[in-house]
Amino acid sequence: MSALAGARASLDRLLASKEIAIACGPGGVGKTTVAAAAAAMAACHHGGRVLVLTVDPARRLADALGLPGIGNAEYRVPPELFKEAGITPRGELWAAQLDTRAGWDALVERHAPDPTTRREILENPLYRNISSRFVQSHDYIAMERLFEIHSTGDYDLIVVDTPPSRHALDFLDAPQRMAEFFSSRLLRWLTAPARSRMITLASRPFQQVAERVLGTQFLTDIEQFFVLFRSMQAGFVERAEAVVRLLGERRTTFLVVSTLESLPLSEAEAFSEELSRRDLHLGAVVLNRTLPAYLRDPDALATARALEERAEEVAARLETDPAVTAPVLREVAESFINFSLVARREAEQRAELAQAPEVVTTAPVFEHDIASLPGLLALGETIWT
Amino acid sequence: MSAPPEVPSSLFDHQLLFVTGKGGVGKTTIAAALAQLGAQQGKRVLACDIDATGGLGAMFEAGPIGFVPSVVAPGVSVMSMDTEASLREYLKVNLRVPLVGWIGPLAKTFDFVATAAPGVREILTVGKLCYEVRERHFDLVVADAPASGHVVGQLGAPQAINDLVKVGQIRSQTDWMIELLSDPARTGVIPVTTPEEMPVTETLELTERIARETSASVVAVVVNRVLPELFSTREEEVFEALRSPAVAASISVALGGEVAPVLEAARLAVNLRRAGASDLRRLHEQLEASVPLLLVPYLFTRVGGLRSTRQVASALADELDL
Repeated sequence: MSALAGARASLDRLLASKEIAIACGPGGVGKTTVAAAAAAMAACHHGGRVLVLTVDPARRLADALGLPGIGNAEYRVPPELFKEAGITPRGELWAAQLDTRAGWDALVERHAPDPTTRREILENPLYRNISSRFVQSHDYIAMERLFEIHSTGDYDLIVVDTPPSRHALDFLDAPQRMAEFFSSRLLRWLTAPARSRMITLASRPFQQVAERVLGTQFLTDIEQFFVLFRSMQAGFVERAEAVVRLLGERRTTFLVVSTLESLPLSEAEAFSEELSRRDLHLGAVVLNRTLPAYLRDPDALATARALEERAEEVAARLETDPAVTAPVLREVAESFINFSLVARREAEQRAELAQAPEVVTTAPVFEHDIASLPGLLALGETIWT
Repeated sequence: MSAPPEVPSSLFDHQLLFVTGKGGVGKTTIAAALAQLGAQQGKRVLACDIDATGGLGAMFEAGPIGFVPSVVAPGVSVMSMDTEASLREYLKVNLRVPLVGWIGPLAKTFDFVATAAPGVREILTVGKLCYEVRERHFDLVVADAPASGHVVGQLGAPQAINDLVKVGQIRSQTDWMIELLSDPARTGVIPVTTPEEMPVTETLELTERIARETSASVVAVVVNRVLPELFSTREEEVFEALRSPAVAASISVALGGEVAPVLEAARLAVNLRRAGASDLRRLHEQLEASVPLLLVPYLFTRVGGLRSTRQVASALADELDL
């Protein structure tokens, strides 16, 4: 945790030494925007090829970059956009958005032992359901895609924007869970030949109940699906283990993004604790949308209070119509007092941050939504050094 | 913004309300406030924390909440969703078979099944909610549902199962669940948003997805944390004049303290409000006219706990003319 002598720890330095940065944290704190801003800054200042991978199905990344849309394939942010922003980046910025369905199909393509099995899996009704509707599968595919892209060696830095998850680091467990599922007794049992399964005394009640509840056809579908799926076991398990390893390596770091509101912050703290419990590298905490420091200035607060009390008198002194000006002055004062309360609460929250990593960086609240590269870079500047 | 909300007085005559929305918009607070209001209308309300994060209980200053509903306020009970417990309950109620022997291993393997089989968690969640409605243990069930995308999966789960399972006991049960979820008089979805670009965009997408992919109806949209409007147009001109260096300087002299940061804060507040107002307008324009917008003001004073539940409930009551 000790900074090198002479150089202050910063996001700049952190990202210069990493290959993968995973932005995680509670929903609604601007995670996607922060991930994109960090990637854009790295592309500008460090050079090389930088990819921001969003796993959020909403179009936030495209919106933040001011692009019409980003798909499953990696897309280079046009250099002209940087030029328009008056910047000559040292490197390239790329972006991609995860498509769960396409991700699953690609996996099947890769791991299916033969074309027939591949086709049967892709056409199985259960598979189609898993790949498109089933939410948890998103997490698995996200990590899988990250691994896939990283292993191409096409990028110097990959910044990942993780799915909004209330359950801390669900996505980190996804590869492991998948591996466990494949080696579970249940799967072996489900995929055992029907006859040998039926004669197992212990399983008979299960079979009977399952048939009553689900119907025979569905059970047959399930069985077929799992038999097919199991043919991909070796590939899946090996892959899942590799993903878990990669996440734990030194070249991977995690950025916890939060606002200073109490609820998101306590979730962010849970993320940080979870990371340290798993021995993963918490590189930085990015506190987004913080109120400006002048709101916490006690002198300014005293002035606001005086203004609230003496609005009529001040209005009269200004040689304006006090009946018009005084209410405005009072509104101004009250507004300051209100926001000052929130700003002080934020400061308190920040001071209480339990596990502060080396880099804690704050981005101010922006008065307008960020919907262009210049906006993104302006945000990036605030968190970079 | 101040278009009169045409809220049917029947919001609390529903039996099942799904409160959803993007993370960070204050969905749990709204769910708690709606439960509180329902109880004030004389309903026996069950609020269900589907993410099981404990947030909903905290809104009533309650201790740890489990699968079995516990009373947290007059007329309000809270439970925390647990899909495994839901499965056990389902089996106990529906299959009068001795469960010993395989319920044990079932628990161990449940996670694996739920990881792999489609919609298992979703159907157990939505199934439990529908069950509570059918059994009439409560008049109203308010679900603090998961973030936007997931709720579509939950609402669509019975239909998804129906597509896969053609016969059997499950099939007949998903049939009545679909019937309940499709009845706009009994089931409603309430997306929560804030007046910000992304939450509004997501809310619009969500209402579209609900219409397209599920048979459920959106009965209201709650806009949370709406900043107050500081000035009228005329007052804004006065404010602009006050910000000129000369005028600001004389105010500072009059008060004996630098007024610039105070004026700057008001400018920030005006701009933040204005950015939100355009998103609010967009929501208003693109949302179906029949869906009422309920505005809840930003609370400067408190975040979380029973006090803010009460404040939000009272703001909602104003919007609903209760």
